[in-house]
Amino acid sequence: MIEAVIFYMFAFVLMAAAAACVSVRQPVLAVLSLILCFFNAAGLMVLLGAEFLAFVVLIVYVGAVAVLFLFVVMMLDVRAPAAEPKKRQRFLRPAFAVVTAILFLEILVVVFSSLSASDVAPVIEADFENTRLLGQVLYTDYIYPFQMAGLLLLVGMIGAMALTLTKRKEVKRQKLWDQLDRRAGEVLEVRSVKTGEGLL
Amino acid sequence: MLWDIFWILAGVACIIAVVLGATSYLTWYERKVLGLIQVRKGPNIVGPFGLLQPVADGIKVLCKETIFPARAHVPLFIFAPVLTFFLALASWAVVPFDKGLVLADINVGVLYILALSSLSVYALIIAGWASNAKYPFLGALRAAAQMISYEVSIGLIFVCVLLFAGSLNLSRIVEAQKDGWFVFSLLFPMMILFFVAALAETNRSPFDLPEGESELVGGFNTEYSSMIFAMFFLGEYANMILVSAMISILFLGGWLAPFEGLSFIPGFVWFAAKIALCLFVFLWVRGTLPRYRYDQLMRIGWKFFLPVSLFWVVISATWVLWRGYGVG
Repeated sequence: MIEAVIFYMFAFVLMAAAAACVSVRQPVLAVLSLILCFFNAAGLMVLLGAEFLAFVVLIVYVGAVAVLFLFVVMMLDVRAPAAEPKKRQRFLRPAFAVVTAILFLEILVVVFSSLSASDVAPVIEADFENTRLLGQVLYTDYIYPFQMAGLLLLVGMIGAMALTLTKRKEVKRQKLWDQLDRRAGEVLEVRSVKTGEGLL
Repeated sequence: MLWDIFWILAGVACIIAVVLGATSYLTWYERKVLGLIQVRKGPNIVGPFGLLQPVADGIKVLCKETIFPARAHVPLFIFAPVLTFFLALASWAVVPFDKGLVLADINVGVLYILALSSLSVYALIIAGWASNAKYPFLGALRAAAQMISYEVSIGLIFVCVLLFAGSLNLSRIVEAQKDGWFVFSLLFPMMILFFVAALAETNRSPFDLPEGESELVGGFNTEYSSMIFAMFFLGEYANMILVSAMISILFLGGWLAPFEGLSFIPGFVWFAAKIALCLFVFLWVRGTLPRYRYDQLMRIGWKFFLPVSLFWVVISATWVLWRGYGVG
């Protein structure tokens, strides 16, 4: 009973936050409702017994990815866009519709295929931590896809670095070791100054 | 069923009472320690040894007027300190105070702590944005960048400890230190790294740049006053205690006594003593070190902490593969 109540609570807030995310005018509020969305999705995963995945979603998506979204939206200071979209954006609408339709179909296929396959799903022993199980599956049965995903991320990382790594001449960089390497004798000179004469 | 719910609520009430009491007395502890470091007496007027000072401070802050900036986003402006406060208290649900004395003994306790601490960035960002003013906003941006940077290394340090303990459950991590605390092992450098990263994560001096008063007035909480300011303040101090508790659990053996002969003293006393020791180092650092510059903070975060902790994951994994779980 209680589980059902909690499920509907999470599910309702999730749908409401998702709707708010795409309909709110202010970009910062949209990102915040996206975060609420992630949070409720994590809650649903806990209900399903996938607590490891739930917390990884919280740590990775909410704790890192969405923070960067929020960061960018705030830094750019994006104002709420005018009511009528520009010509180019109107042209893009069918493309968005197609992508959304494909994603939606994909979800439907996954949901229906898992509904029919649920009676043959492997039974997990109750005292088996699902963290351990996930690790074992990832590093044995799915080792190649797992490593491929890692490689993809590595490529993305190197790409991001290559894009931003430019040596600009006008920027003065702090040379830490040169500073620490300085001795007092090289830069300081002690003189005794006679009264009324000055240094020169 | 009903009794279960009652006991859970009683546990929650106990934890909140203990944590809030400890948090308000941490402010007294801090002022006393800073006073001793600077050769003065610290609070000594209200009550014996100034022990009633936190009560007086609490009453004062409750009586103050709450001011909302004219252009602030008021709902989010109020939500931010509430979120800080809530997260600071919610993390304690998985902390084992003694053997079996834990509210929620979940299998992924470490991840829960990590997830909640990564959520606490939002409170600061939202506070900075909702204030709709320059200084809070700059403070919020600094806080966000700083906390994300150090969370990466903290995650890797957690991985090192988890490799040694062989579990994500905080109680089991403590149990794994029965034959020797993790400080006295290969993990000792990780404890120092964790402590420094925790200073940055909780925005404590010498990494208190998000609220650096010499450049940003008060940072993200510039516009806050009265009770909503107090919630930020209490949240920050509760986080300090939480981080100290994590250091005790991960490296100093949690509720375990240092010697077998001393185990007649109850576990939670040892746990509290270890937390008090860690907190003393926090305050000691604050009384001793000058504040870092922001680029220096980022440099040691990304160019020193991250590679070293990543390298240590490899070393720990090799050690565990060779000698098995635990210190022995």
